[in-house]
Amino acid sequence: MKDLLDNLDKAFESRVRLGIMAILMVNEQVDFTQLKELLDVTDGNLASHLKQLEASSYVAVSKQFVGRKPNTTYTATAEGKLAFHNHLKAIENLLKN
Amino acid sequence: MNDKEHLQTLTEIRSLMEKSSRFLSLSGLSGISAGVCACVGVMAVIIYWDIPLFEHDHLPFVELDYFPFIKFLVIDAFLVLVSALVLSIYFTKRKAQKQGLPFWDKSAIRLIINLFIPLVAGGVFSFAIFYHHLGGLIPATTLIFYGMALLNASKYTLHDIRALGIAEIILGLFSAFLVGYGLLFWLIGFGVLHIIYGGIMYFKYEK
Repeated sequence: MKDLLDNLDKAFESRVRLGIMAILMVNEQVDFTQLKELLDVTDGNLASHLKQLEASSYVAVSKQFVGRKPNTTYTATAEGKLAFHNHLKAIENLLKN
Repeated sequence: MNDKEHLQTLTEIRSLMEKSSRFLSLSGLSGISAGVCACVGVMAVIIYWDIPLFEHDHLPFVELDYFPFIKFLVIDAFLVLVSALVLSIYFTKRKAQKQGLPFWDKSAIRLIINLFIPLVAGGVFSFAIFYHHLGGLIPATTLIFYGMALLNASKYTLHDIRALGIAEIILGLFSAFLVGYGLLFWLIGFGVLHIIYGGIMYFKYEK
């Protein structure tokens, strides 16, 4: 049982971080507002979770301007996609046992 | 965490992935209303011009000489398109409100763009066919391109649209060989199939 739990990624312990990753798996690029609406969380909450994912290099951030407005978009890195995949597998294995 | 929580997590992930990448508010009633509009449109042509639906060669618009008929057909088709669009948008908007989902977001834009690329190509191609005096192939062309447009759009909305797209393509291919039964094929493709699929989707997702 302990081995099985080891495979769960600490980065995805939080529902919000797991949700962010799930959205980024099926969308090439998602901006901050979209994430906020889909996950139904506050700005500060979302920002701090995104920072943590960025720190573990699961998420890449790019900033640009749309007209005069700053616009931040997020993408999942190859590393992040792999980690998400492994995490889901670990959950599935837990359920099987 | 116990099994139940893990299962719930998986369900949540699945729903987030669906919600963020697909437009899920498409209503079955939109399909039904579009189908009804198409039926009315075809019936109008049949009744006004007194055309027998099941007899061969009932579409004389191969040649430009039949200008009043072509004018009638174009105006009729335009009215069908507009009323079908208005009603579809109305029912889909209503479903989105019920679901608490945004009606006009990125997933909707993505759906529209991917639907309209093959659709516009088909429209222009149909015009080229008409221009070259091959009007008899227009029903087949419109059905095939519409089917491909649905097939393409199915990646961005409810999966069921894919089956409808394939059905339209098959019907279009049949009609390509049975030139002269255009009105009948339009009635089946744009009318009957829409009503059937709209009905299936309505009972599957909205009942």
